[in-house]
Amino acid sequence: MSDTLVDFDEVLTRYEPVIGLETHVELGTASKMFCGCSTTFGAEPNTQTCPVCLGLPGSLPVVNAEAIESTIRIGLALGCRIASWSRFARKNYFYPDIPKGFQTSQYDEPLCTAGHLDVELDGETYRVEIERVHIEEDTGKNLHVGGSTGRIHGADHSLVDYNRAGIPLVEIVTRPIPGAGAKAPEVARAYVTELREILLALGVSEVRMEQGNLRSDVNTSLAPIGSLDWGTRTETKNVNSLRSVERSVRFEMRRQAAVLDAGERVVQETRHFHEDTGSTSSGRSKEEATDYRYFPEPDLVPIAPDEEWIEKLRAALPELPAARRARLREEWGLSDTEMAWIVNAGALGLVSDTVAAGATPADARKWWLGELARRANDSGVELTELAVTPEQVAELAGLVAAGTVNDQLARQALDGVLAGEGDPAAVVESRGLAVMGDSDELVAAVEAAIEGNPDVAEKVRSGKVQAIGALVGAVMKTTRGKADAATVKRMLEERLVSG
Amino acid sequence: MSADLTASTAADLSTALQAGDLSSVEVTRAYLDRIAATDGTIGAYLHVDAEAALQSAEAVDAARAKGEELGPLAGVPMALKDVVVTEGVPTTSGSKILEGWRPPYDATLAARLKAAGTVLLGKTNMDEFAMGSSTENSAYKVTRNPWDTDRIPGGSSGGSSAAVAGGLAPWAIGTDTGGSIRQPAAVTGLVGHKPTYGSVSRYGLIAFSSSLDQAGPMTRTVLDAALLHEAIAGHDPLDSTSIDSPVPVLAESARRGAEGDLAGLRVGVVTELGGDGHTDGYEPGVLARVAEAIALLEGMGAEVRQISCPAFDLALPAYYLIAPSEASSNLARFDGVRYGLRAGDDGSRDLDEVMALTREQGFGPEVKRRIILGTYALSSGYYDAYYGQAQKVRTLITRDFTSAWDDVDVLVSPTSPTVAWSIGSRVDDPIAMYAADLCTLPASLAGVPAISVPCGLSEGLPVGFQIMAPALADDRCYRVAAALEAAQDAARGHALLAGMATKENAPS
Amino acid sequence: MSTPSPKGRLTRDEVAHLAHLSRLAVSDEELELFAGQLAAVLDAVAQVGKADVADVAPTTHAVPMTNVMRPDVARPSLPRDVVLAGAPAAEDDRFRVPRILGEEA
Repeated sequence: MSDTLVDFDEVLTRYEPVIGLETHVELGTASKMFCGCSTTFGAEPNTQTCPVCLGLPGSLPVVNAEAIESTIRIGLALGCRIASWSRFARKNYFYPDIPKGFQTSQYDEPLCTAGHLDVELDGETYRVEIERVHIEEDTGKNLHVGGSTGRIHGADHSLVDYNRAGIPLVEIVTRPIPGAGAKAPEVARAYVTELREILLALGVSEVRMEQGNLRSDVNTSLAPIGSLDWGTRTETKNVNSLRSVERSVRFEMRRQAAVLDAGERVVQETRHFHEDTGSTSSGRSKEEATDYRYFPEPDLVPIAPDEEWIEKLRAALPELPAARRARLREEWGLSDTEMAWIVNAGALGLVSDTVAAGATPADARKWWLGELARRANDSGVELTELAVTPEQVAELAGLVAAGTVNDQLARQALDGVLAGEGDPAAVVESRGLAVMGDSDELVAAVEAAIEGNPDVAEKVRSGKVQAIGALVGAVMKTTRGKADAATVKRMLEERLVSG
Repeated sequence: MSADLTASTAADLSTALQAGDLSSVEVTRAYLDRIAATDGTIGAYLHVDAEAALQSAEAVDAARAKGEELGPLAGVPMALKDVVVTEGVPTTSGSKILEGWRPPYDATLAARLKAAGTVLLGKTNMDEFAMGSSTENSAYKVTRNPWDTDRIPGGSSGGSSAAVAGGLAPWAIGTDTGGSIRQPAAVTGLVGHKPTYGSVSRYGLIAFSSSLDQAGPMTRTVLDAALLHEAIAGHDPLDSTSIDSPVPVLAESARRGAEGDLAGLRVGVVTELGGDGHTDGYEPGVLARVAEAIALLEGMGAEVRQISCPAFDLALPAYYLIAPSEASSNLARFDGVRYGLRAGDDGSRDLDEVMALTREQGFGPEVKRRIILGTYALSSGYYDAYYGQAQKVRTLITRDFTSAWDDVDVLVSPTSPTVAWSIGSRVDDPIAMYAADLCTLPASLAGVPAISVPCGLSEGLPVGFQIMAPALADDRCYRVAAALEAAQDAARGHALLAGMATKENAPS
Repeated sequence: MSTPSPKGRLTRDEVAHLAHLSRLAVSDEELELFAGQLAAVLDAVAQVGKADVADVAPTTHAVPMTNVMRPDVARPSLPRDVVLAGAPAAEDDRFRVPRILGEEA
């Protein structure tokens, strides 16, 4: 089944997109939301379960204090109002991955409401209004067996692992975001990116998207330009990479435009995103509207944060990413654009740590966005995954600045560091990479170059100074790059150019 | 020490065990023998493990012989309602859906009783998931009232009431959601106390209605009830609704109460529970015994006055919205995935169909009725009118209690409008069945403590007298109940139970 | 809020819908029986609507409590063989269930 799609630019000539995101974040607490089971990722199936998270008859939940504090801190970081009275609610539905026959969540009394997150994109700021931030529990995991693709459809039966059931899950819900126009897909991505940065800064989650720590349900709708209504939205579930967030909005805009162009109505439904094709497909909306029969969880008492508690948490908030970026940009003397490159490359922390280790901001930026970005790209890994620390990069930059190595030698030293041969200075030593000084060896190499290339030498003597490059190159070749090119040039000039 | 160990009070057994006049094996064997002889008729137990009970008893005797320090309850046998989760011991909550389930953990109260050295005789029958007032809703068997085996033993803790009244256990744990300790105690001539909500841990009690469920003692005397209550009460970090404050001194209150001095005690008789203009459905014999009990209290120095609590009239409808609503959610976990019954999994059906068949076959009609009713009351569009409204009515009931406490120390009423009825006579009429809870529901909904203590016989069957007190003032229930019990026993010349005329348990 | 009629009626179809929501494969005879019985029960419980509850907050606990929490400390879980011991069906250390129709989660 393939959808008809309208060209993206053409969509915007007729329609205005509205997006919205519901983002689920698994908190990095040591224990689960309502019991003491460990939350360690990747454990053997059903080894991190107990009567509570298996929903055994008679078991009762007890709230994890750290999860509540993390939720409040997220709320504070997003400028939310923190409720003075908040309750858990039961969301009742049947599914094998929810062990109690209901999910313990929050309904009309969430912990945090009415916040915002400013997202910067190409020098413009988009304010994303946050509707609510609430805490709930994650579900178990179903493994579908017997189908050809491991998917639910066509599967013969399914297997359930409850290790993940009960891990604290924070849900962050935006209000509808209108007005982004052609930037809507990028705004969606930038929002999740910035949210992720905030969560990392707060230290509340590892936010490893590949492990499903952060998953977004992305709502998209289109309205004819000038229309007062917002059109029917679709909800693309569990989008779990930044790139996919952007692509899912882009795809839905193009698909919905085609539906509307054909005079049909967009069906309000959940959809699934497919990484391989970049497309979404219908989530087979249930024939009946789900009635979750929410009611306040009688096994738990209300959470009523007082001012003192909230202020204590507020005072302990770390510097948030936007403020940090502004401060560093100022300190480093960079333009907005230069700063944006660093941020977009995911190198802010690395550059900052490299500067902290003694490098100049310019050197740190040059290394991470230049040579190191290239290496990462060539190996298909993230910058953070390279086997080099900010301290080592700072040391390397220091060796260049001191003239111990030139750029080319520094790159060779980096090879050694990445190969696990030790810190840069040690690699320079062991590989013998230090630049030659004004030594006898260099003098001999310079004179050998003049003798070996009499024609070129003569050209230089007769005033064609630019020809000196060939002689420099020859010296560099004989010294296998260990000479400093500027020194070599000076020495050649002393001998060939009367001055 | 009574010659018949199975007619003895638990307090007397405790004294004899501590004195070394009696071994735990002796008393445990006496009960096991009696269970073997009479439970075929009574049907109090769903599960008895004689070997395990004797092993526990031997362990206590051995420890005592070695001079180890033991608590006062060590070696005393007891029975648990089958709603209490017990590690390795079958636990069904009276339902087929849990048949054969052996839990991997102990309820907090079961663990406390184990740690106290009590000996578990077995698990007692009950209405399925505690839904009922006659124990006829058990998926397994009918339990008979030892006073008259054609009659119901009350419910839902009818296995516990029949066991204790019939001499098949010295005492037992019951649970009370809308009256399920007090009403069966009343109709079998026992003492039954529903503690303040939150004062006994609910961890490991298979939930019926979470905001109402409480476990408590069902015993032959007020002092026994106080002793058993003290053994299970107290804060539990595994139950978020557990109250973190000291348990009032209960046994001591019972002992003081038994001295018979109630001077200065202010007693309120609730008009709406069998008083003037509210006698419909109440048997005259019940009202007469209750009136006599009130006169006795007055005779011991209590000041008695009428108190009107108008919102109590709405307790029944509010309860029959709240309890089924919470139950519909609490029972959703019985889906045939992790434990218990699974039906229809023959490869032809999908999960939804298997879940629905499992629940259809695993639950009895009353449970299904209440699940459907609760699902309805929580549905969007009906929530505010039903569940939401009922929770507010609950506040009105609490307010009536609160304003009563300005004028009186305790409120009293019949425990149940009638004596035990004949088995089968109300099974087809849910409304008539629900009326048995009329008097016990207000205290349940407000979460306040309430005790039922025998106050004589009507037509040869026991009548219960209910004493309600403010939250956390459970000690008042025990004090007043003990005074009444002592005065009545003195007037009668023996305890009410000793007058039970049955083939198995002739009066001594 | 849609107010139910004072005589809370439950049709057979409504009972069937509620039974489906509750995952109860009720028989036709049960549907008939329950519809009648529930109508009577609803008549009785609908009386709560008579109460004047303007400005009345709902009650949930006899002793109002807030902020009951536990420290974030991991404790031992149950052994897996114990976890799976009660399972109606297990496979590959997981609970086995029949194929799942309906929405992909």
